[in-house]
Amino acid sequence: MLLAGFLGLQYDFRWSVLWESPFGYWLLQGVKNTIILSLLAWVIALVLGIALGILRTAPWRVPRAVATAYVEFFRNTPLLVQLFFWYFAVPQILPAGPIRDAVNSLNVDTPLLTLNYEFLAALAGLGVYTSARVGETIRAGIQSIPRQQTEAALSSGLSLVQVYRHVLIPVGLRIVIPPMATEFLSIFKNSSLAVTIGFAEITFQTQQVNSYTFKGLEAVTAATLIYLAISLTIAAFMSRMERQYAIPGLIARGATRE
Amino acid sequence: MQRRSVACSWATGPGESVAQPAIAFRQVNKWFGKLHVLQDITLEIQPGEVVVVCGPSGSGKSTLIRCVNRLESVQSGEVVVLGQSLTQPSVNLTRLRTEVGMVFQAFNLYPHMTALENILLAPLKVKGLSRAEAEKIAVALLARVGIPEKAGQYPAHLSGGQQQRVAIARALAMQPKIMLFDEPTSALDPEMINEVLEVMTDLAREGMTMVVVTHEMGFAKRVSHRIVFMDEGQVVEEGKPETFFAAPKSDRTKLFLSKILSH
Repeated sequence: MLLAGFLGLQYDFRWSVLWESPFGYWLLQGVKNTIILSLLAWVIALVLGIALGILRTAPWRVPRAVATAYVEFFRNTPLLVQLFFWYFAVPQILPAGPIRDAVNSLNVDTPLLTLNYEFLAALAGLGVYTSARVGETIRAGIQSIPRQQTEAALSSGLSLVQVYRHVLIPVGLRIVIPPMATEFLSIFKNSSLAVTIGFAEITFQTQQVNSYTFKGLEAVTAATLIYLAISLTIAAFMSRMERQYAIPGLIARGATRE
Repeated sequence: MQRRSVACSWATGPGESVAQPAIAFRQVNKWFGKLHVLQDITLEIQPGEVVVVCGPSGSGKSTLIRCVNRLESVQSGEVVVLGQSLTQPSVNLTRLRTEVGMVFQAFNLYPHMTALENILLAPLKVKGLSRAEAEKIAVALLARVGIPEKAGQYPAHLSGGQQQRVAIARALAMQPKIMLFDEPTSALDPEMINEVLEVMTDLAREGMTMVVVTHEMGFAKRVSHRIVFMDEGQVVEEGKPETFFAAPKSDRTKLFLSKILSH
């Protein structure tokens, strides 16, 4: 307020819109929805990303070509356009009939959130887009392991699948924990784009508060601080994980444990 | 050390019941692109024999031993290991590789596992041993290579010599019949070379069939039964160590020996 006075602004701050009923409850709903959407999308991204990382590095020609096409397609088109694809286009290309009707009218209240097509489209869009990026990160991790490591494992009788399972994936994932932390942070921030397809996450809810109260500055400030708090929490969590799963001698600077 | 007399049999007919060679190369050719890395190699290695393969870099010696456990495949000719032809499409790679252990120049221990876990992995996952059985073998092997106290250490906390000894134990854990060594001491500091060579010498004394690519000519003299000298993809000369060093036949061998023995 001092600052506003200093700048000669005529703005009447009313921070209480952030906790007054029902707005405070809306924001909490938004936080909950953002977290659920982001975590589930992360699970999808991680599972698909590991599969992509394997297929992109393994000596199987056709699967590798498919994985490469997938990565290049979803990594090189804007997330916003992809969300529109899942939300506006997919229901229309579904064959007319019970499935399409179910998609269009989906609205089931679950203890965690309202399951509707907005949520599913946001989940698919965010998960698939991030999986392409995670897949590339994991590929880089696997490729940073010397090829002789694989040969040593193969020469002891392990199959290539076992080499991936016991050596390449565990080592590769640990090597890429720092860039994976960045992807994990990105998925929370990118989830804000789901506002465009009407999913009630944080950004959507703060815009609702703004619409009802015309207190846009407070609403945007709230959104900013909430995202910042989530991101800083994740960053702290990931750096703890980085220390915990550090490979002795492989990950540098203070991260090793004796 | 005492030498066993190695039966050198060229007969493979079904009627003649003589020991078959552990490893046989028959007119083997291999190319990397245009590079003819193995040229018409014919070589037999008998059970219990210790063969040192030497030669200048790029001579094909590493490629040669990598053909024995099919890390490399050949384009023509035949490689037979323990009676199994590796050029057959039906070759059982898992069985082959449990019977042929390999040790690499760069150790290649799994960095996220302790020394003990490194040794346990293949017995658990390939042989399907119980944890207790596998651990018994692994602990015994760590003692055999002289570092029982390092079981819980990660590779990064071991010296190069210790890492290589764990790598040898890891290969032995599958109870192989043949051991391949691809320049096992080339990445080591001089004072660590001996501790690895000692383990290899013990192994040779116990009768292991070994093929060792190395520049350690002292080891070759003391331990090997036969030395194979390769250059430009060909076996130039082979012979017992005493004759190989004292009276090399080819000029190429003489030149090589003069370079590596002069210092």
